[in-house]
Amino acid sequence: MAQPDIIDESGDKYKYGFITDIEADTAPAGLNADIIRLISQKKEEPEWLLEWRLKAFEFWQTMSEPHWAKLAYDKIDYQALHYYSAPKQKVAPKSLQEVDKSLLETYDKLGIPLKEQEALAGVVAVDAVFDSVSVATTYRAKLAEKGIIFCSISEAIKNHPDLVKKYLGSVVPYTDNFFACLNSAVFTDGSFVYIPKGVKSPMELSTYFRINAKNTGQFERTLIVAEDDSYVSYLEGCTAPQRDENQLHAAIVEIVVMNNAEVKYSTVQNWYPGDKDGKGGVYNFVTKRAACRGANSKISWTQVETGSAVTWKYPSCVLQGDNSVGEFYSVAITNNRQQADTGTKMIHIGKNTTSKIISKGISAGFSNQTYRGLVKVTPQADNARNYSQCDSLLIGANCGSHTVPYVENRNRNAVLEHEATTSKISDEQLFYCKQRGISEEEAVSLIVNGFCKDVMQHLPMEFAIEAAKLINISLEGSVG
Amino acid sequence: MNTPLLEIEDLCAEVCGKQIIKDFNLTINEGEVHAIMGPNGAGKSTLSYVLCGKPGYAVTSGSVRFKGKDLLAMSVEERAREGVFLIMQYPVEIPGVPTTTFLKHAVNAVRKHQGLPELDTMEFLKMVREEGRLLGIDNEMLKRPINVGFSGGEKKRMETLEMSILKPDFAILDEADSGLDIDALKVVAEGVNRLRDGKRSMLVITHYQRLLNYIVPDFVHVFADGHIVRSGNKDLALELEQNGYAEFVKEK
Repeated sequence: MAQPDIIDESGDKYKYGFITDIEADTAPAGLNADIIRLISQKKEEPEWLLEWRLKAFEFWQTMSEPHWAKLAYDKIDYQALHYYSAPKQKVAPKSLQEVDKSLLETYDKLGIPLKEQEALAGVVAVDAVFDSVSVATTYRAKLAEKGIIFCSISEAIKNHPDLVKKYLGSVVPYTDNFFACLNSAVFTDGSFVYIPKGVKSPMELSTYFRINAKNTGQFERTLIVAEDDSYVSYLEGCTAPQRDENQLHAAIVEIVVMNNAEVKYSTVQNWYPGDKDGKGGVYNFVTKRAACRGANSKISWTQVETGSAVTWKYPSCVLQGDNSVGEFYSVAITNNRQQADTGTKMIHIGKNTTSKIISKGISAGFSNQTYRGLVKVTPQADNARNYSQCDSLLIGANCGSHTVPYVENRNRNAVLEHEATTSKISDEQLFYCKQRGISEEEAVSLIVNGFCKDVMQHLPMEFAIEAAKLINISLEGSVG
Repeated sequence: MNTPLLEIEDLCAEVCGKQIIKDFNLTINEGEVHAIMGPNGAGKSTLSYVLCGKPGYAVTSGSVRFKGKDLLAMSVEERAREGVFLIMQYPVEIPGVPTTTFLKHAVNAVRKHQGLPELDTMEFLKMVREEGRLLGIDNEMLKRPINVGFSGGEKKRMETLEMSILKPDFAILDEADSGLDIDALKVVAEGVNRLRDGKRSMLVITHYQRLLNYIVPDFVHVFADGHIVRSGNKDLALELEQNGYAEFVKEK
């Protein structure tokens, strides 16, 4: 079909702004070695992991928060945050029936069809992460038949320690950056995916993240390993309840792609962006990186970013294998006082590596948005190719859009192309739509969805519909 | 009979502080087709934009009633949903928005206003494909982003298609023949004539008589210096074709 229907009549209040009342098992505020020991102990982790966490913590103390991005936010007091919070459940649930009812109600409000999914059999497997600890995992059996491991990272640490030990931190070492280092010290949960050699995942794997308990930093950690000749499409979607305090989120996603393997990673991010005046909202400092280690391997990042008060995020591709391919498709929307500094890094190392960047930024209200990207070609990366396209759409006269493309080329054979445009929704376009009876808001969302089309078509269908709705919700009240 | 559909009284309007429409009067009854002819720069397009409520076109005095209601009090989209349609001289391109998506939103916005159930995708596609076929618009063209890269002829056929599916009570054709070769002109004119049902009214704005050979008007008005300076039947158009607008312009 042409384009998903994009009309949504919801009000301008953040749709997912509610708090679930569940007894949380929360560590005292602050960060020190004892807190890290507590986290590790609560999670019954092996000694090597505790040591790794403590080394990360030690290193973190020598680092300082980066401020090179075009972002302005209140100072984060890392000692005022809680670093562990888990819903209290003594025995792990064996089926959905055993899961806390109010949790399931929360998912219902979010429109996560956990229950329906059993009926819908085989469409999407959801490893739902609720406030750090996984409470329900479905379809594991079906995936297990194929040898696919899809579970929380905590379970993976218990059940597949060798795999975790081999790959954890191998793409994003704890020394990488301030936020990644913090995550390495205190991460509480996340997802683990392992696709064995020659296996194509029979379904799209999906995880919903949701920040819940007050003042709890979210430190998710996701690790995906695709062995030779394998394929997986992974979906990540997020919502957070409404709060006045800022919530810190510093996640890591690491992906390893071996020979002839392909990973598609799609994200829809709609965490609470703060109110009209910029009060509240999530601080989102994420490190996402994929290593194309094998020849002919491929990684494709697709993201739709509508939420968070502050976004700092650069999903990257390290193209080590010969003929490997990296793609980055991004739509970022900022409204009111939101700020986003986002883009990608394409590091060409292998021969005949290609990368493609399509970035669409939409700024409205008083928001500020920066595309920041790096295309790096190392001396040995013969015949590297990159195509970058960065388009910005401005709505209203008070927002800002900035494009900062870095290029570091050390190889004469490289072919690098960069195109960039900045446009506004024209009065003529709005008049044309309205003269046909279409309301201004609907017209804006039509035009914006048209602008994003090149990216949206890379999302799985059901995700694309959700994303189109989100785009409408996040632009409500931005015109007129 | 002779139920008035559109009543324009002593209308004055300006653009950027410059008065373009001056004491304009015109009544169009149900089912009538009126042609407005005049030299370039007389303000013919301004009149169409004022009737549609385009921002930047300010009414300074006078009134316009449409089906007895105060048209000037309505927003652009309300006027459209009430049944005022403008075939634009230069339809704007909207990149990335498939024609069918655009048309479906328009049709359902109007249907909703009329208290009709919205059409689902299948019903809508069936309808738009049938109407499209009559205008030589194929399924491929319907998939393309609206107006993007369309030729002059394709744009005008698309405008005619939009009118055919929105079925307005009142259509303004602003230089509908500009940029059209004779074959395209015939297709558009046939499309317009199919909609002449004795109830729907039209205002055809043109400076050539040519179009009026195909869309034969009930009345012809000469527009100069911001208002109608002479009215007649279709023979007036032929007279203008021979003598030009000189006698009206020099009045200034």
